[in-house]
Amino acid sequence: MHSAIANPQADQAQQHEHVSLPQHRHHFATPEQQREAGSFGMWLFLLTEIMFFGGLFFAYLLFRNWYYDAFVTASNQLSVPLGAVNTAILITSGFFMALAVWAAEVRKKNLLVLFLVLTTLLGFAFLGIKADEYHEKYEKHHIPGASFDTSQFINPAAYGLSEKPLAPDAAQKTQLFFFLYFAMTGMHALHMVLGLGILFWLMIRAQRGDFSSGYVAPIENFGLYWHFVDIVWIFLFPLLYLINRHPLAH
Amino acid sequence: MGISPVLWQFLVKWLNASALFPREASTIAPYMDSLYFFLIAITLVGVFLVAALLVTFSIRYRKAVHPVATQVEGSTLLEATWTIIPLGLFLICFVWGALLYFRIYTPPANSSNIYIVGKQWMWKAEHPGGQHEINALHVPVGQPIQLTMISQDVFHSFSIPEFRIKREVIPGRYSTVWFEATTPGSYHLFCTQYCGTNHSAMIGTITALSPADYKKWTEQSTSGMSLAQNGERIFASMGCNACHSGNAAARGPNLAGVYGSRLRLTSGAEVLVNEAYLRDAILNPSQHVTSGYTPIMPTYQGQISEDGLIDLVEYLKNLNTNDRVQQTLTTSQSGQAAPQASGVVKP
Amino acid sequence: MSAPSNTILNLPDQSTAQLPRRNFINAEHGLLSWLFTSDHKRIAILYLISITFFFFIGGAFAGLIRLELLTPQPDLVSSDTYNKFFTMHGIIMIFLFLVPSVPATLGNFLIPMMIGARDLAFPKINLLSWYLYVIGGTLTLTALVLGGVDTGWTFTAPLSTHYLNTHVITTAFAIFVAGFSSVFTGLNFIVTIHRMRCPGMTWFRMPLFVWAHYAASILMVLGTPVLAIAMILIVLERLVGIGVFDPTKGGDPLLFQHLFWFYSHPAVYIMILPGMGVISEVVSTFSRKRIFGYTAVAFSSVAIALFGFFVWEHHMFIMGVSNYSALIFSLLTMLVAVPSAIKIFNWCFTLQMGSITFETPMLYAFGFMGLFTIGGLTGVFLGSLGMDIQLTETYFIVAHFHFVMVGGMLMAFLAGVHFWWPKMTGRMYPESLSKLAAVVTFIGFILTFMPQFVLGYLGMPRRYHAYPPEFQVLNVLSTAGATILGIGYLMPMIYLAWSLKYGAIAGNNPWQATGLEWQTQSPPLTENFTEIPIMDHEAYDYDWLEHKTADEVTHVA
Repeated sequence: MHSAIANPQADQAQQHEHVSLPQHRHHFATPEQQREAGSFGMWLFLLTEIMFFGGLFFAYLLFRNWYYDAFVTASNQLSVPLGAVNTAILITSGFFMALAVWAAEVRKKNLLVLFLVLTTLLGFAFLGIKADEYHEKYEKHHIPGASFDTSQFINPAAYGLSEKPLAPDAAQKTQLFFFLYFAMTGMHALHMVLGLGILFWLMIRAQRGDFSSGYVAPIENFGLYWHFVDIVWIFLFPLLYLINRHPLAH
Repeated sequence: MGISPVLWQFLVKWLNASALFPREASTIAPYMDSLYFFLIAITLVGVFLVAALLVTFSIRYRKAVHPVATQVEGSTLLEATWTIIPLGLFLICFVWGALLYFRIYTPPANSSNIYIVGKQWMWKAEHPGGQHEINALHVPVGQPIQLTMISQDVFHSFSIPEFRIKREVIPGRYSTVWFEATTPGSYHLFCTQYCGTNHSAMIGTITALSPADYKKWTEQSTSGMSLAQNGERIFASMGCNACHSGNAAARGPNLAGVYGSRLRLTSGAEVLVNEAYLRDAILNPSQHVTSGYTPIMPTYQGQISEDGLIDLVEYLKNLNTNDRVQQTLTTSQSGQAAPQASGVVKP
Repeated sequence: MSAPSNTILNLPDQSTAQLPRRNFINAEHGLLSWLFTSDHKRIAILYLISITFFFFIGGAFAGLIRLELLTPQPDLVSSDTYNKFFTMHGIIMIFLFLVPSVPATLGNFLIPMMIGARDLAFPKINLLSWYLYVIGGTLTLTALVLGGVDTGWTFTAPLSTHYLNTHVITTAFAIFVAGFSSVFTGLNFIVTIHRMRCPGMTWFRMPLFVWAHYAASILMVLGTPVLAIAMILIVLERLVGIGVFDPTKGGDPLLFQHLFWFYSHPAVYIMILPGMGVISEVVSTFSRKRIFGYTAVAFSSVAIALFGFFVWEHHMFIMGVSNYSALIFSLLTMLVAVPSAIKIFNWCFTLQMGSITFETPMLYAFGFMGLFTIGGLTGVFLGSLGMDIQLTETYFIVAHFHFVMVGGMLMAFLAGVHFWWPKMTGRMYPESLSKLAAVVTFIGFILTFMPQFVLGYLGMPRRYHAYPPEFQVLNVLSTAGATILGIGYLMPMIYLAWSLKYGAIAGNNPWQATGLEWQTQSPPLTENFTEIPIMDHEAYDYDWLEHKTADEVTHVA
């Protein structure tokens, strides 16, 4: 809370001028200013997030360029159906989040809670599928580190894969792909987990009726964050799952 | 420089004696120093100008003599002046510096090559003739020397202040620098990139010798086997000759005369075969498959030390015919084990 | 009121004057009221205390380094210990002192007041960034206590990832956390400057201090996340060992250099820009003149911020980068030097036709201008490709960096602390003692770092524990200077603490300065202003101030 030792005169003046919302912080002249500041701050924060992921994207593009064959083969290990389902889930989740913002704006409390719950459930669905994918990587020894196993790439026929075999030195480079895969999707998943935590908090507050009086800034700003997490995935999905893939037919 | 040689000599001697700058012991050094003096001149002018303005204004416009300030908004003309003049000066520094940079990092065609391997915490110098030195380097004066350098572990940096050269020595890739010593004598060699515990002990001595002395030194200190000869042994003991035999039916491409040529790879790219390419093709063969061949070569990452790689590279650089390759192949196939070569990492 | 002709200092009558009955310091009591405050001024004080603490720790390491270098032999400590000394010195001074120094203390305290706001836009995030700073600092100290770290502040891979067994992970994580403190500070400033300006406060009526912080904030917000990812990769590389930076596994150690310097070059502008803002305020106030070419100075800050993002590769000229990129980055480096030159000359010409007095902040500002000019021009040496070959990784770079950061930034910081001390505490510092400190600092500084330029051209590499004996004379000079410098920095620490109780009561506006922060009581109220001011004049309008003062005298209650 902002310090309660505000000047009583200033408080009175504000109460005369504006319809005072309980969420209004006294260092803002108007609620409008507070709302604008909040969303501007959120946009800036997302900008820092872009720079943050930017470093990883840069590393990915560099190594993809250097070790194209290894990245192609390793990329074929990712499941496009699962990735696509996850993309759909995330977009739908984003859609419900947008509806939640709308519900808050029209002050429909129950609808807001419902949409937040749906957003959350889809978020969990995404993470569940992601966890399943990670588990598969674990079973195939595709997690970088001491137990990483390249034999599947060197001798795909033995694993029943119609994949072009990689020379051992190239097969080693698949480890870089998987490291970047885990780093990037892991960082994305971490943002999802944080987002889900905030969603729970928002649900509680929405249930309490905090957002039923026209004060929607937290919902709006969280919406921005959630859409940003969506967008990161929209970049990750083609980069990791799709663009390197070659048709298995030839 | 348009400065009288006498004055120049005087300046050099005076500064030498008071050790404000290091001896000039390479052909690059005078170029570096003239840029240095130019930059110092700019700095001095800049500092004196600022100091003069501060002092003059402080005296003329101190409150005691100028009790009421006259407000001035600014002056586009003045501001343009101190934008454009510094910009011009900085651009001169840029062009001059760039020219010098290319001079230092572009070895002349007639330079002879010495290999440097940096490791925590020593410098190894390998002369093609088979002279090996640790924390020391003997070079002849009057002959451009190119250094092909690589690190076995972390970043190091090879610096000879008296020659005004320095280059980062990086793990995993060759970097080069060249110099031509002008004055016989011994000079400092420093590692300037922080590289761990004994960073400050990773120093050595560069000894510049007259051509005659250098010849004497080469003869006295040869290990008896040139880098290329050692490379040949590794080539045989690692079994490279089995595929790279130069036979028509060989599974690997013919390597005689490959250095300096342009190769077309299976990826479609055309590459110039230089030291870096040869090294990389041994460690990451599948990325460097010559067009028409299959990627069957195993990687030698971790099996050959950087010294061994240098031997191999030096061997391949000098490989003009496959006669000896095939000879060795026949001998080793007839049951004689290839002689154990140094440079192979023993498991 | 007729003031003596050699000062603008205008204090209330000391026999009757007292500190305002109600102010932000006594608004609430107890340690908890500080730890849970959301008042930007209190957070600024918290920052001031914590960065001073880290400054003296970092300074102690500097002292130990200079002591070891008194002799050419490695005789005082072992090489490993020495390596830890300069690493801790670098990390503490850069990430825990220089980056937050002016922005988090003076910026935090003053930006809302200067633009006529009651607080920063996000007071709780402001407090959060202090806690992040403290966590980062504590982690660094933890690493130090557990045995230190010896990567150098640059964390060069693969040395830091594969070859050292010290507390790299703890330290990298500390920097990661401290980095977010910086991101949130920058974010808060940008939003505050965009959204919280009082009526009439247009962009071009803002004090240049605010402009400089705006530019620095852009760098903090956009640069720091890249450092964060570089640190995460270092940690992962150590934990999982999968070589994005390891050439034997196909990684690229130069990638780390790119990621690291993409932040760490802009970081030097994060450090210096706020200092430049302080100098603008001080120079204007003590010459009673609007800054010469206000717009040029404002835009040069932003220009530095923008260009500052595209010069990082000049740290890698000798690392075998492509010739074309070296050319481009060298050219851009030359361009980024121009806005700094503009600033210096604009400050000089602000003095012209002024009515100059020489109180302590002004002395520090003069020191800044002289030393920063040298620091900046020696930067041109390093940006000039060929020259960089001889100078990089030697003591020349150490000297250049310290001229800009210590000669520039620290002078500016001290100028600012002295200048706003009466505003922050309501009391004056002792004037003649502080003038002495300013002079001692200046002399000590020149003596410490001037010899290092020469050492650098002679070729003495940085981070050397032992060195060839012919370099000893210059090293002894440098150590002698460092002793004087140390005294110069201890003095303000002592007399400023003394002044908290015994300093003269400052009154609202002891310097007769024009900024909005001076038009309110010292120390200010928690809410800064009893009513939100209306900016009806240009920045640095001394005529307005004179009329206002005249009005107040006639309307005194």
